[in-house]
Amino acid sequence: MAAALQVRRLGKRFGAHAVLREIDLAVREGEVTCIVGPSGSGKSTLLRCMAFLEAPSEGEITVYGAPLGFRVTESGERQRLPDSDVARVRRNIGMVFQQFNLWPHMTALGNVAEALRQVRRLPRREAEARAMAQLAKVGLAERARHYPSQLSGGQQQRVAIARALAMEPRIMLFDEPTSSLDPELTGEVLNVMRELARAGMTMAVVTHEIGFAATVAQHIVFLDDGRILLEGTPQSVFAQPWHPRLAQFLETYIDRGAAVLLQGAPA
Amino acid sequence: MKFDVGLILSWIPAALAGLEITIAVWLAGGLCALALGFGVAAARRFGGALVDRALTLYVALIRDTPFLIQLFLLYYGGPFVGLELEPYQAGLIGLTVYGSAYFAEIIRAGFEAVPVGHQEAAICAGLTRAQMVRRILLPEMALLVLPPVVNMQILLLKETAVLSIVTVPELTMTLTSLGSEHFAFAEALSLLAGLYWVLVEVTGALGRFAERRLARLSFAA
Ligand SMILES: Nc1ncnc2c1ncn2[C@@H]1O[C@H](COP(=O)(O)OP(=O)(O)OP(=O)(O)O)[C@@H](O)[C@H]1O
Ligand SMILES: [Mg+2]
Repeated sequence: MAAALQVRRLGKRFGAHAVLREIDLAVREGEVTCIVGPSGSGKSTLLRCMAFLEAPSEGEITVYGAPLGFRVTESGERQRLPDSDVARVRRNIGMVFQQFNLWPHMTALGNVAEALRQVRRLPRREAEARAMAQLAKVGLAERARHYPSQLSGGQQQRVAIARALAMEPRIMLFDEPTSSLDPELTGEVLNVMRELARAGMTMAVVTHEIGFAATVAQHIVFLDDGRILLEGTPQSVFAQPWHPRLAQFLETYIDRGAAVLLQGAPA
Repeated sequence: MKFDVGLILSWIPAALAGLEITIAVWLAGGLCALALGFGVAAARRFGGALVDRALTLYVALIRDTPFLIQLFLLYYGGPFVGLELEPYQAGLIGLTVYGSAYFAEIIRAGFEAVPVGHQEAAICAGLTRAQMVRRILLPEMALLVLPPVVNMQILLLKETAVLSIVTVPELTMTLTSLGSEHFAFAEALSLLAGLYWVLVEVTGALGRFAERRLARLSFAA
């Protein structure tokens, strides 16, 4: 299957600290790619590079073949592309954050309609009609007139998903979308994401929900200390807990339903 | 010697005239100070490192000296450098400059308190940087700074009393001169304090009303 988003030899440094090293990764069309790994391994940084919220220090990212942020010339030089070009390529990408990041001074409907009005220049009625349809998809039509402060965390995250979907991206990026939610609220957000995956959306998801990763993803990437340590199908990756770093990582998830994944693994 | 309530009543028309001037210079000075403070904060945020450093010095210079001294220097020192100002002009410029330093700090802190993630979400949704600033950063900042801005306006209201030293016939000047004319300082200062109190309470109530109306727009946890 073709890569919707391709990462090649990506490196990211913060000062002297190399956070990502030599990352090669294909987010394939129509697939769910889950990025897992210990805290501080660079998952968020990788995802933020994919949205060009961070500029990679090395390497290249292409989205449907178009370079994001930097172009690598024939001679191997990296050229920073103008902001307008970054914006054009980024139009393919929708982003969902751990902290929801809804705009507090706008209603749920306003949050979802904002970019339709500002970026797409749709008239108010049409923007709101489309926003309403997106809110209905995440089960929040009747909360459209509520402000973020009047919504639960799970509802806020669903509004954030609707806001990203409204711009009709071809790839959705999620950075730990359920990590700041109570366990009861995690399910409703994961359900929306499962629905999205079933509809064929290309997704890259940073998550600690190993159960979700094992059941929804086609592609698991295990990141450790800024490198991809293992990748492949859930079956192939989670069947390798003999890998000391992965075993150590999964240990901490045994109580979160990951025990089943370890069954049948070599002792 | 006794407290003369009748005298106070007889001063009320003159006091109201002074009050009117106090309110006028306060509103004009307070709004100009807020506008200039916003300009300073915006220039510091968007104007590059050199501008930032220069304006940091501006803010420090003003905040580190008393308003009384600044106004003295402006009105009585101005002529030495060819700056001849009417009392009202000096008062208005003084209030504007003095207040601007505080408003600049309030607004700078407000800009910094807007979560970066809210701004990144706007960029990811496709807004340009200018749209993000106009639609997300400025409104969120404005909501955050409302309480400290109201507070600072109240402080400025009371600072208008200092304008009496450059002979602006505002409330403090009016009542202190009536007090010395009649040798009735207790009466004059009581009335003066009472009128400021009413004005501050009304302003505070308006601010709290606005805050309550805007409460649901606050940051979700
Ligand atoms: N803006 C930054 N400046 C400096 N260092 C940073 C910055 N952002 C991230 N880092 C560092 O990069 C490393 C990777 O951070 P990152 O947030 O990508 O990890 P993560 O895998 O998402 O962790 P978590 O599971 O805790 O979210 C960490 O050591 C972090 O301290
Ligand atoms: Mg992270």
